[in-house]
Amino acid sequence: MPIWMLLAVFFALLILTGLTVYQSQFDLGNAEIWLSLTIATVKAALVILFFMHLLWDKPLNAIVILGSLIFVALFLGFTLMDAEGYRENLIYKSTVKASQPGAKGDEIDN
Amino acid sequence: MSVADRPIVSPASGEGAAYPEHHFLNHTSGFLSWALTLDHKRIGLMYLVGVMSSFALGGMFALMIRLHLWNFKDGWLSNQTYNQVFTLHGAIMVFLFIIPSIPAALGNFLLPIMLGTKDVAFPRLNLGSFYLWVTGLVLFLTALSITGLDTGWTFYTPYSIETQKGGAVLAATFGVFVLGFSSIFTGLNFIVTINTMRPPGMTWFRMPLFLWATYATSIIQVLATPVLGITVLLLSAERLLGIGIFDPKLNGDPVTFQHFFWFYSHPAVYIMILPAMGIISELMSVHCHKGIFGYRMIAYSSVAIALFGFLVWGHHMFTSGMADVTTIVFSALTFTVSIPSAIKVFNWLGTMYQGTVSLNTPMLYALAFIFLFTIGGLTGLPLGALALDMHMHDTYFVVAHFHYVMMGGTLVAFLGGLFHWWPKMTGKMFNDNVGMISAAIVFVGFNLTFLPQFVLGTRGMPRRYATYLEEFQDLHRLSTIGSLTLGIGLLVALLVLLHSLFYGRRAPTNPWGGATLEWVCSSPPPHDNFATAPTVGDPYDFNGIEYDAKQGGYVKKA
Amino acid sequence: MTAIQETAHESEHAQDHHHDHPAWLAHHFDDAEQQFDAGKLGMWLFLVTEVLFFSGMFCAYSLYRNRDPQVFEFCSRFLNEKLGAINTGVLLFSSLTMAWAVRAAQLKQHKLLVGMLGATLGCAAMFLGVKAVEYSHKWELGLFPGKFYVSQIPGAAHGEHGYLGSLCIVPLILTIIAGVYYIYSLATMSKFHQQVAGPILVAGACFFGGVQLGRILEAEETTHHAAEHAAHEHSPGASHDHSQDHSAGELLPEKEGGEVIALGHKSIEDVKVMSEELKTPDASVNQKSMAGLFFSIYYCMTGVHAVHIIGGMLVITWLIVKAAREEFHDQYFGPVDNVGLYWHLVDFIWIYLFPLLYLIT
Ligand code: HEM
Ligand SMILES: [Cu+2]
Repeated sequence: MPIWMLLAVFFALLILTGLTVYQSQFDLGNAEIWLSLTIATVKAALVILFFMHLLWDKPLNAIVILGSLIFVALFLGFTLMDAEGYRENLIYKSTVKASQPGAKGDEIDN
Repeated sequence: MSVADRPIVSPASGEGAAYPEHHFLNHTSGFLSWALTLDHKRIGLMYLVGVMSSFALGGMFALMIRLHLWNFKDGWLSNQTYNQVFTLHGAIMVFLFIIPSIPAALGNFLLPIMLGTKDVAFPRLNLGSFYLWVTGLVLFLTALSITGLDTGWTFYTPYSIETQKGGAVLAATFGVFVLGFSSIFTGLNFIVTINTMRPPGMTWFRMPLFLWATYATSIIQVLATPVLGITVLLLSAERLLGIGIFDPKLNGDPVTFQHFFWFYSHPAVYIMILPAMGIISELMSVHCHKGIFGYRMIAYSSVAIALFGFLVWGHHMFTSGMADVTTIVFSALTFTVSIPSAIKVFNWLGTMYQGTVSLNTPMLYALAFIFLFTIGGLTGLPLGALALDMHMHDTYFVVAHFHYVMMGGTLVAFLGGLFHWWPKMTGKMFNDNVGMISAAIVFVGFNLTFLPQFVLGTRGMPRRYATYLEEFQDLHRLSTIGSLTLGIGLLVALLVLLHSLFYGRRAPTNPWGGATLEWVCSSPPPHDNFATAPTVGDPYDFNGIEYDAKQGGYVKKA
Repeated sequence: MTAIQETAHESEHAQDHHHDHPAWLAHHFDDAEQQFDAGKLGMWLFLVTEVLFFSGMFCAYSLYRNRDPQVFEFCSRFLNEKLGAINTGVLLFSSLTMAWAVRAAQLKQHKLLVGMLGATLGCAAMFLGVKAVEYSHKWELGLFPGKFYVSQIPGAAHGEHGYLGSLCIVPLILTIIAGVYYIYSLATMSKFHQQVAGPILVAGACFFGGVQLGRILEAEETTHHAAEHAAHEHSPGASHDHSQDHSAGELLPEKEGGEVIALGHKSIEDVKVMSEELKTPDASVNQKSMAGLFFSIYYCMTGVHAVHIIGGMLVITWLIVKAAREEFHDQYFGPVDNVGLYWHLVDFIWIYLFPLLYLIT
């Protein structure tokens, strides 16, 4: 890989890091996490494609690493979906409002 | 087919080569020549000794459980000890025996030879895997000697966080962590070997089905096992540092532990069964002397099982407090995974149809496998059905189900494969008649042990209990008698094999008439397997492979 | 975990070599290309296992952040954004030098290769130095994982516990050894030893450079906060906060570890007064079962990541030895390439960790 390309990628990564630090100073509500995740993903893509040469690598290697993300998605997807679903069956500390005197945390109540 | 005309002969061994002077067993000698070997065949044999010893250890715990349950109360173990015994039984059998059994022992020995290469891609990593396994064993023995490991093989939180002896839990979870990496590296090695090292002519669809099965297994090992790694690592941190991620006392979520655990452990049951299915594909075709029926379907179904296996883990958690939607989704998905398994069973039966069946020890084990695995697989379906499982969960029905697939399936296939490739590995023939007797005793003993457990389960006998209602006593006693019979059968099998080492006649190059590449290597194979890359043909073309009385085995007649 | 590169590329069974097998080609491979492809696929598969390994922690992170966003918001304030950003830059730079090293290996630029690997090693050490400051600072505040978490009290004096010193012991010893080794290499005038000892010694220095940098920035942050804090202490709002948060705290007795806190009883540890600085929409987050959980996740993720950095440093050192022996060339640079892949993955993971942990608003 030519040196200019290495340097260009590096500076792009630095700029994106600056950008993500900068945007974190504003309160963007829910959009914030998605924005910072998007920036992180762009950075990750730069690293993978250029520094890790995936752009020039055998397609098999690309399939291998991208394929693994499907399984990550599966794992996180089902687990989080389920946790969302059963949460209402649980009582735990953070839902205990100060206005509920005597309420106890910890117990799981199905 | 033009492929059929090509002789499958390796220049290394020559046609019907006699017992070789030099082979991998006497290539070098001395303790270090084994302990530091990079030869996949020696590593395979070391694994074989290791996993069989673990099996013996786990088996002793099994017999302790069964003897304890002879009477409905006041068994010979205390309740606390009973809990530890079934935990050790399960954990040793799963992590030290059944997961490494076929891939690491038989797979290591056979994969490069069947593929026609000199070794696996990363021989040192291979040796490293073996030593990780040994480390795992040591950690498990540590947990055993500390005593107090009573969490069940599943290490469910919060119990595993709270149970008395933290040291034992730590040792065991760390052992599982290390064993996981041993398994990962074996899988990784196999994938790379199959992908990059096939010799010319060895296309994907000329690969023996055992290799397809091993390949699919390796995919699961690489994708699922890391999650087990992080799960047990977090669990260790939970015990050591009280991090609370799985601890409800600290607001952690114990159901998540189960998600983590089963994301690995359901695919792991396919790590256990897929290589067994691969063995059966080989055994069926060789001992029926007939090409495998539906080669491609068997190959694809292996990969399909590996992938579908990732979609169903929730069926272990129906009663754990999962959300309703999730239980329904997982229940529905569970049924898909039985399809590829069924495809395989049909294909094996199709292979037997009009075949010239040689009834010998490996074939008897293979037949036992088909019978037992079918029962095991079919009983998985009612368990996967949400409404039924609400009642059957954690009963002896589940115990019987997984013993039918794991023991009736994987172990029996492993034994079949062991007998099948024993002449290749050791260069010695075993006594086939006594071998068949062992198969018969194992089959009878197995069914006697576990069929009653289906009945027990449907009548409401919960698993992992040290005492039970008196009405269950007869069935439990039947099961205990069965387990002793089973033990005798296994002992006979062991004796047959050991006897052959000392008194067996020399094995011919091709004792059963197989067409895959390992049968053109001498028995035992030379150090380098093949001096030059072998000529590769159809692995299931039995044309011209005929019995030669002079050799005492089969030779390829051009 | 680093065995892959070692196994793939070093020749073995010297006695079995075919005459056409050069020393760098293992006997069971046919040619350089097969060896390279095998090593590379092996490394990518290993990275797959790494991705899934970390995914467990990302899963826990999403689960609890989704459940208790306010906890994450509260706790993220204790992470020093500046240090995180600097470490991100350091890691990115090390990725650059690593990628450059691969290029140098291919072009047989042996000196440059050693330099680039040395720079990567130095960055790794610096990263750990900064991390050591971050960790020790948190420990001094009592920001421990899970059940060891100490609820934060504004204005409390946090004594020096010497955590940083303890974290520096091993690097110090290693640096001294590297120094001795370097002197030895000078004395023997061995170019090879100089090429190995030099980068290692520099890396040792970089670690302490990182520590120094971290301390300066952390001190800045602390005085900044202290000033802010002092201003609030005297503001009329403070006393109001006092009563309000106190009562909120009372309803949430901590129960673990036997230290049951009676309602209405002002405990030393948990039910504490909040000031402006620690203000949060929900006073209950400042306790073991809430903030403690965040710090568990924080330590698990960054800790496992740091272990990977240390592993990377070991293999890079191994590469430096090989590079100093001028072993690499256009036919044989697989080890550099594969260690590079590993190193970029470590960077890759940090790219996500940084915004997810440090930049929550
Ligand atoms: C053919 C398709 C299969 C289906 C549909 C299936 C279904 C199930 C279900 C639903 C359960 C949970 C029962 C419960 O805990 O209530 C279960 C448990 C189990 N299955 Fe299967 N199974 C199948 C094949 C296998 C295979 C091939 C193996 C292993 C080689 C296996 C090993 C196990 C084990 C070990 C457990 C119990 C784990 C525990 O709780 O300790 N299963 N199976
Ligand atoms: Cu399952």
